[in-house]
Amino acid sequence: MNEQDARAAVQAAIGKVAPDVDLAEVDEDARLRQDLELDSLDFLRLVETIDTATGVDIPERDYPAVSTVKGLIGYLAAHG
Amino acid sequence: MPSLGADMEHGKIVEWLVKPGDYVRRGDLVAVVDTDKTVMDVESFQEGVVAELLVDLGETVPIGTPLARITQTPAEVGAPRHEAPAPTLPKPAASGTATTGPATAAAAKEAPPIAPPVRHLAHRLGVDTARIHGTGKGGAITRADVEHAVAAIPSAGRVRSSPRARRLAAEFGVDLSAVSGTGPEGAVTVADVQHAAAALPPEAAVPVAGVPEEVTAPAVPATGRTAEARERVASLRRAIGTLMSRSKKTIPHYYLSTTLDLRAAVDWMQSVNAQRPVASRLVPSALLLKAAALAAKEVPEVNGFYDDDDGFRPSASVHLGVAVALRQGGLVAPAIHDADTLAVDVLMEQLRDLVSRARAGRLQRAEMADPTITVTNLGDLGVESVFGVIYPPQVAMVGFGRVMEQPWAQNGMLGVRPAVIATLSADHRVSDGLRGGRYLTRIDELLQKPDEL
Repeated sequence: MNEQDARAAVQAAIGKVAPDVDLAEVDEDARLRQDLELDSLDFLRLVETIDTATGVDIPERDYPAVSTVKGLIGYLAAHG
Repeated sequence: MPSLGADMEHGKIVEWLVKPGDYVRRGDLVAVVDTDKTVMDVESFQEGVVAELLVDLGETVPIGTPLARITQTPAEVGAPRHEAPAPTLPKPAASGTATTGPATAAAAKEAPPIAPPVRHLAHRLGVDTARIHGTGKGGAITRADVEHAVAAIPSAGRVRSSPRARRLAAEFGVDLSAVSGTGPEGAVTVADVQHAAAALPPEAAVPVAGVPEEVTAPAVPATGRTAEARERVASLRRAIGTLMSRSKKTIPHYYLSTTLDLRAAVDWMQSVNAQRPVASRLVPSALLLKAAALAAKEVPEVNGFYDDDDGFRPSASVHLGVAVALRQGGLVAPAIHDADTLAVDVLMEQLRDLVSRARAGRLQRAEMADPTITVTNLGDLGVESVFGVIYPPQVAMVGFGRVMEQPWAQNGMLGVRPAVIATLSADHRVSDGLRGGRYLTRIDELLQKPDEL
């Protein structure tokens, strides 16, 4: 998956899990938990949404690598 | 209007899920009620035919006010707004609309099998199940059969809708004018919107390579939505303020805290999760909640209700309230019923369901009304410990902070372990530090054998 597709997938998934987040204002360095205020259940749903949409299953051991918007996009671009 | 929580004084009908002439059973959802805190489904307490709706959409009434008249026999039904045939009569041959009601129940014995949720869906959508050809196992009527039948019902002209339906439509990106309403007088209901959203092509819902703007583009003017959201947050804040003031004025709180060793629990969870698809993975909260529920069963002084007349009434069941932060601000604390008896997987599933419905404003009456002890878990957002305020008339609030790696000394050796700070706020009229301490210790003991939770 190229970075543009990965970015679109991440934005779509965040839009679904946290519809109140204004994606236009989200900095890619934003941390999913602290800055976007996703709790562990939201995060799980995000991972699930991405898995369904892109087929990329992020195992639990890789969660630290996807703790920011940028990290998540990079992960998808590398694994998708 | 049933009481949907100890602090509730009135409620507003935002959607009727039934109409005069509909047949309802005990437990069928009949209306959507907006309290100051959240929007909830209310079920029927009786079986029978809805004769009359006594409260209009948008009307706010005190608790105890009758919402609808339900009669036992169809003969008592007064001037229903649509045709509701008596059970003994043959169906009107030329009836253009599908009818629900007693005919369905009367025909039920000969009718093909139908699962209760599907039957309920059919009732909600105004579909006569007796007229549907079941395509499921043994001729059973499936959800898809009902949905097909709905598509055949002529739509009802002018678009009306409840605020919740509009909000949901905006969330899902559903164009309301394109949805045919099945509610009273053709109103577009929440169910209609969900149905329409389900019919959207997956590309529109999750535009992977498409235009992400579609997801966030509101289907209603943003200003109306923002004002409504602001009003909701303001009234929620008022309700929380009133309840918490009452708690702090009347309940003599005492507070305890202890650090729980989560090494066994986290190791076990990670090994289980490694074998599982995302959808069935566990989070530490599920284990913490299960341990909190089991311990509450063993220390009854923290589980139940207190009132000035009767004093403390311990509860035989553990209905675990879970404080859920709403993304737009505020919180609600609905219950996971009999949490101590649920397997961790089931509890996890219910937790996910409860949190998503709480955030979508889709809780049911019983979930709001009867938690026997509440848990708050602020750890996800980074705090190390949280000392909660007890929800009256409950007598205890359990808090879990962030799961973090900590240096841990044992037998003269220092190591690093995942740990979490558990706190207890409890009512001194009912228990004291010794029992409260026992409760927290018990949670710790239970978490050392996660496979037995």
